Amino acid sequence: MRAFLGFVRKETLHLLRDRQTLAILILFPVVQVLIFGFAVRTDVRDIAIAIVDPTPDVATIELRDRIAASDRFHIAAVSPSADELDLQFREGSVRQALVLPRDVERKIGRADSLQLQLITDGSDPNTAGIMMGYATAILQRWYRDAVPAGRSLQIEPQVRMRYNPTLESAHLFVPGLVAFVLTIISALMTAISITREKETGTMEMLLVSPIRPTAIVAGKVIPYIVLGFVSVLLVLVAARTVFGVPLRGSLVLLLAESLLYIVTALALGIMISTKVPNQRTAMIAALAGLMMPTLLLSGFIFPIDSLPVVLQWLSNLVPARWFLTIVRGIMLKGAGLVTLWQETLILVGMTLFLLIKGSRGLAIRLG
Amino acid sequence: MRTVFFLVRKEFLQIFRDRTTVFQIFMIPIVQLLVLANAATFEVKRVAMLVVDEDRTTISTGLMQRFGAGKQFRIVRYLPSDAGVDQALLDREVTAVLHIPRHFEEDLVRRGRAAVQLVLNAEEGATAGIVQSYASSIIAAYASELDRTLPSTLRGQGAGPRVAPLDLRTQRWFNPTRNYKYWMVPALMVSLTTIIGLLLTAQNITRENELGTLEQLNVTPMTKVQFIAAKLIPFWILSMVIFSIGLAIGKLVFDIPMRGSLLLVYLAAAVYLIVVLGMGLGISTITRTQQQSMFVAFFVTLIFLLMSGLFTPVDSMPDWAQRVAEANPVKHFVSIMRAVLMRGAGLETVAKPIIGLGIAGIVVLALAVMRYRKSVA
Amino acid sequence: MSDYAIDAHELTRRFGSFTAVDAITFNVEQGEVFGFLGANGAGKTTAIRMLIGALEPTSGSATVAGYDLKTQADQVRRRIGYMSQKFSLYEDLTVRENITLYGGIYGVSDKDIATRTGDILTRIGLEHAGDDLVRDIPLGWKQQLAFCVALLHRPAVVFLDEPTGGVDPITRRRFWELIYEAGAAGTSVLVTTHYLDEAEYCRRISIMVNGAIAAMGTPSEVRKAVGAETLDEVFLKLTRPGSGAAA
Repeated sequence: MRAFLGFVRKETLHLLRDRQTLAILILFPVVQVLIFGFAVRTDVRDIAIAIVDPTPDVATIELRDRIAASDRFHIAAVSPSADELDLQFREGSVRQALVLPRDVERKIGRADSLQLQLITDGSDPNTAGIMMGYATAILQRWYRDAVPAGRSLQIEPQVRMRYNPTLESAHLFVPGLVAFVLTIISALMTAISITREKETGTMEMLLVSPIRPTAIVAGKVIPYIVLGFVSVLLVLVAARTVFGVPLRGSLVLLLAESLLYIVTALALGIMISTKVPNQRTAMIAALAGLMMPTLLLSGFIFPIDSLPVVLQWLSNLVPARWFLTIVRGIMLKGAGLVTLWQETLILVGMTLFLLIKGSRGLAIRLG
Repeated sequence: MRTVFFLVRKEFLQIFRDRTTVFQIFMIPIVQLLVLANAATFEVKRVAMLVVDEDRTTISTGLMQRFGAGKQFRIVRYLPSDAGVDQALLDREVTAVLHIPRHFEEDLVRRGRAAVQLVLNAEEGATAGIVQSYASSIIAAYASELDRTLPSTLRGQGAGPRVAPLDLRTQRWFNPTRNYKYWMVPALMVSLTTIIGLLLTAQNITRENELGTLEQLNVTPMTKVQFIAAKLIPFWILSMVIFSIGLAIGKLVFDIPMRGSLLLVYLAAAVYLIVVLGMGLGISTITRTQQQSMFVAFFVTLIFLLMSGLFTPVDSMPDWAQRVAEANPVKHFVSIMRAVLMRGAGLETVAKPIIGLGIAGIVVLALAVMRYRKSVA
Repeated sequence: MSDYAIDAHELTRRFGSFTAVDAITFNVEQGEVFGFLGANGAGKTTAIRMLIGALEPTSGSATVAGYDLKTQADQVRRRIGYMSQKFSLYEDLTVRENITLYGGIYGVSDKDIATRTGDILTRIGLEHAGDDLVRDIPLGWKQQLAFCVALLHRPAVVFLDEPTGGVDPITRRRFWELIYEAGAAGTSVLVTTHYLDEAEYCRRISIMVNGAIAAMGTPSEVRKAVGAETLDEVFLKLTRPGSGAAA
C-alpha cells in the first residue's frame, strides 16, 4: 500500500513539474468552451438576399422595407432583372433571392393569385430550410397585411421551446464541448503516458517492483483524474458565469457523473495504450481515431435522432454520447438520477469493461 | 537540393516501414469518411409527438390527422388534458407537443383565426428549429386547405370575401434533393485530411528531437530551409494522396456533385495543405515533448475545424468571430471547395482566397524556418 | 587561419548563474587523438556541443578545422563529424540506408557512397547485415557503425562523445582500433570518455573539473604534474575539494 501511494506521489509530481503540459491540460478545455460558447451557432442570421423587382411600387417597397428591417436578412442587391442571379449565387455573395412579378400593387387582392419566386441556395439543406422558413414568414405576413379587405383563415402556432427557451446555442454546445474535450484529452493523456513508459523502458522497472500491474495503471491514472476534475470545474464555472448556462439539476450529481466519465475516458486511453507499441501510434489513434466519431456520433452537434439507424446503434458505443445526455439532462432539464439511471449504468458498465480489458491487456503485453 | 532529396527519401522510408502508422494514416480517413458521411445531418425523421386536444372537434381532429399522416411526425400519445405532458418531455418520450385549446373550431369559424400551442424539446436546439418549421408548414397548409374547403356560409364576421392566397414558388438551387451528403462529404474530407496531416507534422520534429537524431542533423551542413522543405514535402505528398482518395470516394460512393473545375480544387488543396502542414511543423518547433505537440495540435485543430463553417455556418457566428475566421485557412478551403464543387464557381470567385492561402503558406513556412534553430543560444 | 585542428580560447558557457564551462583554453593538433576526461557533469559534453556548433558559447572563441566557430559555422560543419552519446543513427532505417542518408547530406557522390558503404560493411564485419535495421544489430556494432558514418565524408576533425558506453572491454578495444586508423589517416579526433584506461590510448588528454581544465598534456606528463602513479589517482586527487591542480 505504501509502495502504491509512493508511486502515485511520483506520478503526481511528474505531472505537476511539467508546467507546459499542466497549463495545456487545464486551460485548453476552458479556452475551448469560451471560444465556442461565443462563436459557434446553429441559428441562421444575416442572410444575404437579392431582390428582383421589375416594377417597384408601394407594395414592393413595403415588402423590401420589411425584409431590410428584419435582423435576419440584409438586402445584398436590388435589380430589375434576374440576369445577375446565376453569378451572384455561384459567387456566394447572395444566399437567397426573391423574384417579384410586374405590377405587384395592382395584382394584390385580385382573384388570380400573386406569384412570387423564392430561390434559396440549397447547398446546405438544413440552413436552406431555415432560411426558407424565415423568408416565407415575412412574405406571408406582408401579404396578409397588404390585402385590402378580408383575410384568409389563419392558424397561429405559439411556440415554446422547453429547457432552452431562447435556443441559446451556448446552452447546447457547452455541455457537449465538456464531454468532447474531456474525452479526447483524457484518452490522449493516458495513452501517451503509458506508452511513453513503455518506450523509455521505465515500465519494466515498475513491473519488477512489488506493485501489481493493475496498481501501476491505477497509479498512473489517478493524477489525471484529479486534473480532469479540475478542468471540469473550471469549464462549469465558465459555462455558468460567462454564458449563463443553467444548472437546473443537482450539482453534486453533475460532479459525480463527471468524475465517472473522466474515469471512462481514461480507461479508454488505457485500452488504446495496450493496443499500440509507441507514442506516435497512440496519439494518432486517440486523436484522429476519436475526434471525428465523437464529434459526429455523440450528439454534440448533430442530433442522434437524425442519424440513420445503423449509425444510431454505433453511437451507442460512443461513451461521450451517454455522458452528453446526462449532462444536458442535469443542466437543462433538471433531471435526476431517477431519470438518468440507465445512462449512468451504461457508463459504469463501459468503464468497468474498459478497465478490466485494459489492465489485463497491459499485463499480458508487458508480463 | 540533393540534400533535400535524401532527407525526403528517409522520411518516406521511415513512414512506410511502420506498418501500423501507414495503416492508420490511410484507414482512419477512409473508414471515417465512409461511415460518418451518413452521420452529419440535422434532418429529423418521425418526430415523436404528443397531442393534447381539448377541443375534440372535427377541425381539431383534422389538424391532428395531418400531423399523423406525414412521415415527419408520429403521434405516440394522445391526451385529453395537460397532465403528463411535462413528464413525457422530461423522459424524452416525445420531442413535440401539440396543444389544441378549447374553442379551436369555434374561433376559426367565427373569427377566422385561432391559436395552437407547440411545445418543443429544445434540449438539442438545432432540431427544435427544424421541427418548428416542419410543424409550421403543416399547420399553414392545413389552414389554407380549410380556407378553400370551408363553405363561406359557415363563416361569420371577421372573415371577409375570399381572397386569392399568395402563390409562393420556392426553388432550392445546387441541392434540390436535399442530400445532406453532398454538403457533408467535402467537409469530412477536408477535416480528416487536415487532422492527419497536422498530427503527423506536429509530432515529427519533436520526435526527432526526443530521439537525438535532430542533433545529429543539426551538426551537418544541412540548412534550415532544406530541413523544413524536407519535412514538408513527404507529408504534403501523403496528404494530397489522401485527399485524392477522399475525392474518389466522394464521387464513386456518394456521387457528390463536381460542377466546377477539379483542377481548381486541386490547386486550392495544394496551397491549403502547405499552410496546414506548415502550421504543424511550426507547432513542432515550439513544443518540447511529443505529448505537448499533440495537445497543441489538438487544440488548434479543434478550433480551426469548428470555426470553419464545416459543421455550423460561418455566417451565423457573431461579427467578431467572423473576422477571426478570416484567419482560418480551413474556412477558406472549405468555402472554395463548396463553391467550386457544389456551385460550379470559377477562378474569378476563388482567386482571392487561394492567393490569401498562398500568402499564408509563405508566411507560415518562413516563420517555421526562422523559428528553427540549429544551435541553442 | 590556425594550423591546429581545434584551437579554443577562453571558451565559456553559462546557464543562468551556473557556469558549465569555465574559460577553457586548449588545442588539438592535426592527426592527434585527444582525450577529454572528466567526471559526469564536469562539462565535457557542453564543451563538445559548443565545438560542433550545437551550443553557442557565452564568451570566448574557437577555430575548428581552421575555421572560426562563430563566423564560419557552415564551413566548420562541412568539415567535422560527430558521434553523440545516443549515436543517433535512425533505428528504423537499415544500415545501408543510414549510410546513404548521411553521405547524401554531406554531398558525397553516389559512386563514393556505394564504394564506401562496401568498405564500411567489410571493415566492421556487417557484410551480411547491410539490410538489417539498426534497431536489430548489437550495441557494439551500432557504435562502430556510427563512428564510420561520422567519418563518411572524410572530415578533418571528428568529435566522439562517450562512444563506448555499455560494451565489454574487447569491443571497446576494437572501437579504439578504428580511432587509431582514423588518426593515422590524418583525421583529428576529440573523444570524451570517463574510462580511464581509454585515456592511455590518447596522445594527449585534458581533465575537466567543475568546468575548468585542471590538467592537460600526455598521460605521463599529467601523472607527473599531479604526482600520482596512475590516472586513477590523478583523477581522485583532482576531483577532491581543495586539491592543488596543476595545469
